[in-house]
Amino acid sequence: MLDVSGLDKHFGGLHAVKNLSFTVGEREIVGLIGPNGAGKTTVFGLLSGFLRPDAGQVIFRGRSITGLPPHRVNALGLARTFQIVRPFPHLTVLRNVTVGALGRHAAPAAATQRALAVLNEVGLAAKRDQPAASLTLAERKRLELARALATEPTLLLLDEVMAGLNATETERIVDLVGAINRRGVAVLLIEHVMRAVMSLSQRIVVLNYGELIAEGRPEAVANDPRVIEAYLGTASA
Amino acid sequence: MLLALPMVLSSYLVTVFVLIFFYAYLGQAWNIVGGYAGQLSAGHAAFVGVGAYAAAVLSLSAGLTPWVGMFVGGTVAAVLGGFIGFLGFRFGLRGFYFVLLTVAFAEMCRIVANNLEWIGGAVGLYITFTGNPWQFQFQDSRAYYYIALGLMVAATAVAAAIERRRFGVYLSAIREDEGAAEAVGVPTFRYKMFAMIVSSFLTGVGGTFYAFYLFSLQPNTVFGIPLSVEIIIRPIVGGAGTLFGPIVGSFILSPLAELTRFYFAAGGGWAGVHLIVYGVLLVVVVLFFPQGAVPWLRRLLRTQA
Repeated sequence: MLDVSGLDKHFGGLHAVKNLSFTVGEREIVGLIGPNGAGKTTVFGLLSGFLRPDAGQVIFRGRSITGLPPHRVNALGLARTFQIVRPFPHLTVLRNVTVGALGRHAAPAAATQRALAVLNEVGLAAKRDQPAASLTLAERKRLELARALATEPTLLLLDEVMAGLNATETERIVDLVGAINRRGVAVLLIEHVMRAVMSLSQRIVVLNYGELIAEGRPEAVANDPRVIEAYLGTASA
Repeated sequence: MLLALPMVLSSYLVTVFVLIFFYAYLGQAWNIVGGYAGQLSAGHAAFVGVGAYAAAVLSLSAGLTPWVGMFVGGTVAAVLGGFIGFLGFRFGLRGFYFVLLTVAFAEMCRIVANNLEWIGGAVGLYITFTGNPWQFQFQDSRAYYYIALGLMVAATAVAAAIERRRFGVYLSAIREDEGAAEAVGVPTFRYKMFAMIVSSFLTGVGGTFYAFYLFSLQPNTVFGIPLSVEIIIRPIVGGAGTLFGPIVGSFILSPLAELTRFYFAAGGGWAGVHLIVYGVLLVVVVLFFPQGAVPWLRRLLRTQA
């Protein structure tokens, strides 16, 4: 459903993403991992329309979305979350999610109904009338996810939705992502919590210095010498 | 109650209410783009000015009734607003840069109007009083009271309608975090343009009232920065992005402006003191009620209940 080919991005002298190609299949969960600064979040920016690639193409469900503005990409069914969560701080939790639902349900009443359903799913319904600014980090991460879900995507890009959470909270998000996926939503996941990526992903793509260095099933990738080297350095170094 | 009020008020107090309603109207028009959408236009005088000039010139030279001219003026203002909005939003000007762009356009309008002889140049335009309602002129000053009240109610109805619809929800999302709004499917450029066009149209319609209430138009006042400040300060003091903020702000500030003008300026040599009062009040609002009077009153009522 997502077909990335030859993606390239420079920031001044920094070559952030180099000739990157990979795919995400229907209903698949793909993990995108790599050391800090490997270019993972840049890839999300390129896929979601926030950054324009210098070269390469992004095909989503049979059509090119390269260079489309973010709201168009979202309308086509590709939704992203932000690593540093970006709630609408003065709006209530329900309003935050309603904004996402309004793209598919133009009438505010219908969008609000949809938003309530999503809040129930992520377990934030009790907080619906609080301003988003009053939520804890774990709740904000779930709000970020809820807002993206409310846009009814077929592919969800999750940027470190588990970072900074404790074990129980991480468990809840893992279950939630699994449940969303079982409904038919494909997921591309940037994550540093390895246990979570390994258990959720059917396939893993590894980036280092903006290049794809390994791709495959979780256990194969975990034992790949290039991956171990990227994370830990070489024995002779 | 407001409908019956002019029957018992002195003509001076009727004037004060006209100013309260009219500035509440302009504040409400600004509120749509500046409050709800959070795009700080500091040059809304430009729209009052082009609206006022359009209606006045059409009336003086072609005899067109200002009742039609006001919509022509609104349309001209909306075209200008659309152009400024396009430049600002297309090239991603935010915060201070957008403020500067809007101020620059208002100043350009002022300088152009000062140098265009066929619209009166620096002297401006004078409208002779005929008392003909068809020419937006009334023997009874209470007529202006009802028109100003009608304008305020109409702009507030527009703002209320926006607030209830997707338009309003999207504008508040844009104000809170434009990037996050884009990410969840909000076409931010389009909605900021809508907000700017609606806001400048309403402000331009107000220009007709301005010209035909004062019977004169001078470029330096109608396009001046002080008028832009008058327009912005009421919704900010009352609560930007709230439905009743501009009205509450105007009920606080317009009488205050009138009082200070009356007491200080009348004594001679004290002109401009009301600007100092504004400055102090703005500092107080920013420090103690950063969201304005309406959200503060709402919280107060909630804790009392």
